[in-house]
Amino acid sequence: MDMLKRFSRSSLALPLAALAILLLFNAIFVDDFFKIQMMDNGNLYGRPIDILHRCSSLIIIALGMTFVIATGGVDISVGAVIAISSATCCVMLGGDISGIPHHPFALAILCSLGVGILAGLWNGLLVAKFKIQAMVATLILMTAGRGIAQLMTDGQIITVYYKPFAWIGDNIPGVMVPTAMIIALAMILLVVLLDRKTSIGLMIQAVGINPVASRYAGIKVTAVLFAVYVFSGFCAGTSGLIEGSLIRAADANNAGLNMEMDAILSVTLGGTLMIGGRYFIGGTIIGAITIQTLTTTMYALGVPSDCLPAVKAVVILLIIVFQSEKFKQMFREYRMRKDQLKSGGKGGKEAANV
Amino acid sequence: MASDNEIILRMEHINMFFPGVKALKDVTFNLRRGEIHSLMGENGAGKSTLIKVLTGVYAKTSGDIIYCGNHINPKSTLESQQIGISTVYQEVNLCQNLTVAENIYIGREPRGRFGAIDWRKMSNDAQKLLKNSLGIDIDVNQTLSFYPVAMQQMIAIARAIDTRCKILILDEPTSSLSDKETEKLFSIMRDLRDTGISIIFISHFLEQIYAICDRITVLRDGEYVGEYDVKTLPRIELISKMMGKEIKEGEIETTQSKSKARESVFLSTEHLTVPGKVKDLTMNIHEGEVIGLAGLLGAGRTEIAESLFGLNQATSGTIEVEGVKVSVKSPMDMMDRRVAFCPEDRKSAGVFGDLSVRENIMIALQAKNGMFKHMPRAKQNELADYYIDLLRIKVSDREQMLSNLSGGNQQKVIIARWLATQPSLLILDEPTRGIDVGTKTEIEALAVSLAREKGMSVVFISGEMGEMVRTCSRILVIRDHVKITELAEDEISEAHIMQAIAGDYHGHA
Repeated sequence: MDMLKRFSRSSLALPLAALAILLLFNAIFVDDFFKIQMMDNGNLYGRPIDILHRCSSLIIIALGMTFVIATGGVDISVGAVIAISSATCCVMLGGDISGIPHHPFALAILCSLGVGILAGLWNGLLVAKFKIQAMVATLILMTAGRGIAQLMTDGQIITVYYKPFAWIGDNIPGVMVPTAMIIALAMILLVVLLDRKTSIGLMIQAVGINPVASRYAGIKVTAVLFAVYVFSGFCAGTSGLIEGSLIRAADANNAGLNMEMDAILSVTLGGTLMIGGRYFIGGTIIGAITIQTLTTTMYALGVPSDCLPAVKAVVILLIIVFQSEKFKQMFREYRMRKDQLKSGGKGGKEAANV
Repeated sequence: MASDNEIILRMEHINMFFPGVKALKDVTFNLRRGEIHSLMGENGAGKSTLIKVLTGVYAKTSGDIIYCGNHINPKSTLESQQIGISTVYQEVNLCQNLTVAENIYIGREPRGRFGAIDWRKMSNDAQKLLKNSLGIDIDVNQTLSFYPVAMQQMIAIARAIDTRCKILILDEPTSSLSDKETEKLFSIMRDLRDTGISIIFISHFLEQIYAICDRITVLRDGEYVGEYDVKTLPRIELISKMMGKEIKEGEIETTQSKSKARESVFLSTEHLTVPGKVKDLTMNIHEGEVIGLAGLLGAGRTEIAESLFGLNQATSGTIEVEGVKVSVKSPMDMMDRRVAFCPEDRKSAGVFGDLSVRENIMIALQAKNGMFKHMPRAKQNELADYYIDLLRIKVSDREQMLSNLSGGNQQKVIIARWLATQPSLLILDEPTRGIDVGTKTEIEALAVSLAREKGMSVVFISGEMGEMVRTCSRILVIRDHVKITELAEDEISEAHIMQAIAGDYHGHA
């Protein structure tokens, strides 16, 4: 009981509760939702795996987004950076039908990640050095990014026939778990390590809460801002590899489309506020899983894909309202009133006199 | 004075809980028509909470508010304003980028034909309002930020009166005003009182309470202590009621003997110049001395402190620490040389409201160590507990959010933050502003004992002469960004400081 009480006050309680309700709904209405099977080739298969697999790249960019939002900023260029990163990899590998890559695979991967970091440096330069508002600064790359990707691919969709490229989005032969999940897990580990073993988390929150006081306390505000945008770019670069590999092609127009919005949503569903300050890594991850679960549920229930955004919006609206401060306050007041009635308080008298 | 004793507001048995904290316990407050009533108490006594309950910012847990004979339960400041309870806060809560007229009439703009705003009527009304009620004649079409804080405060008051209020709450309105401006405010308050408006006045300045108020209600630790007539309550008794202990006359006036400067110089500047901020400053700061920077508001005291901490970059002149020339580019350059700075504007430059007390204490040391030398949690806890104990910071535990602490305790946390970096020079810029008498005395004593016992150099800046006289072993007098003179220990007195600022006293220097 005591543990339950402590848990209900923790920051993860609400995001987890929302996910739990969604899963419960699935357990009741979708047959065999939780069934995980082993395929003939040794890969795991089933809806839970599918959800985690599909949301891996979202989790990764949402991790980067969490830090950015915690500083009081936002990075809306990640979707476009995903397009650039996947284009980079595909262009480097080339679209030879023979499956022979133009450049070594490792080099292509490094270049994709490098391009992501480069994008982050650009955003960091605008936000940290030139003090441009984050939304405006990253909007530049958001709009220009897809154009850059188009230039790289000459406006074509480059299909990559090189086999190992598909392993990133799929499974590496002989490994049960999808590679994207492993990458996401590694990124989560990295972030948790950064959070626990260094003070970067404290500095990020301090900058988000009060940049002036941060400067007075000796924190290098510009460096912290730079770092979060570079990290966000790196995350987007990583996601770009996964997204490209999933379709085995560079699609400059559609790769990572609207994913920045899902990433922001994951972060806010996880309890981090857009004004910056306290952030919740665990919440962000749960938020991303919730979004993907929702999509999978809709497909499983046979909701037509063109209605999907509307249904998704309604469910997310409900979750957000339940998590809002106002709602929490209403709930507290309701509980207090109930307690008062129990003890025979005089709450009613005042109300009548208003 | 009140023409009759009619009670306009009665707050009875008010209880207010915050999660885990009982902020108000069975508090009673009575306000008569046409009186100036002071709400007194140390920081954290519950003054602001009581006001916020009255104005609908917080919902009380239980109790009754009877206003003009009716039970009320305001749910928002708008609601309380509509029934005639207006508040002017310490920090001006107007919009800096709107004009004066817009600020006064925002939300209730005069409408002309077709519901369009009648701009001309608005500015005429604003002009008239300021002139008739407060005797101020200014261009109401200028943006608010054009005017100094004192004027903005007057404008906020004008707005409050014009909403036909019966109760006007002034929450520390004088902390940013000069003596002359305060006097002006007081005469306005008296006029308002004579028209039958009741005023609740919150201030930390005892002189002001005695100059303007009729009655006083004292709160302590969220509890009601009593209601008194100003005329029959000696100051010393008021203070002892606020602190909850007996004090003998003069006790808060005297701190222990001052610290003596040692031979060795810790920091010195030579012809230091920061354009528009510091002019040709040459000075020495010895180890073990409390050195004061005296001067009027805006004379450049804060700018000097900021420059010593590397927040401003000098265009010429030098800073030497322990005989070594320092090239100062950022605060970190000075932090590395064991200089610490508690800024004047606690709220905007010091406090991380959403971080815990522990994090607020450790953050400067962590920044100094670098973010990859993360302090283990046990070490952090130890550090926080040590300073919570040392400075007697009132917290429920070290994980409490700093924003939940009273101003005095927040200030102590920020001083703790800097003491944790083990400084050799501690710069305290207005460390006692807006802080209760008890904490204030503690901070003054701390400054002196750090210098005397640890040999630390302390730069002490305060607008309150008495405080400077009590604490400093040497005082630099600043006027128009220039050091005019220095007062040695035996010359330090309020009269000498004033004369020096006025340019009539030059000391031995």
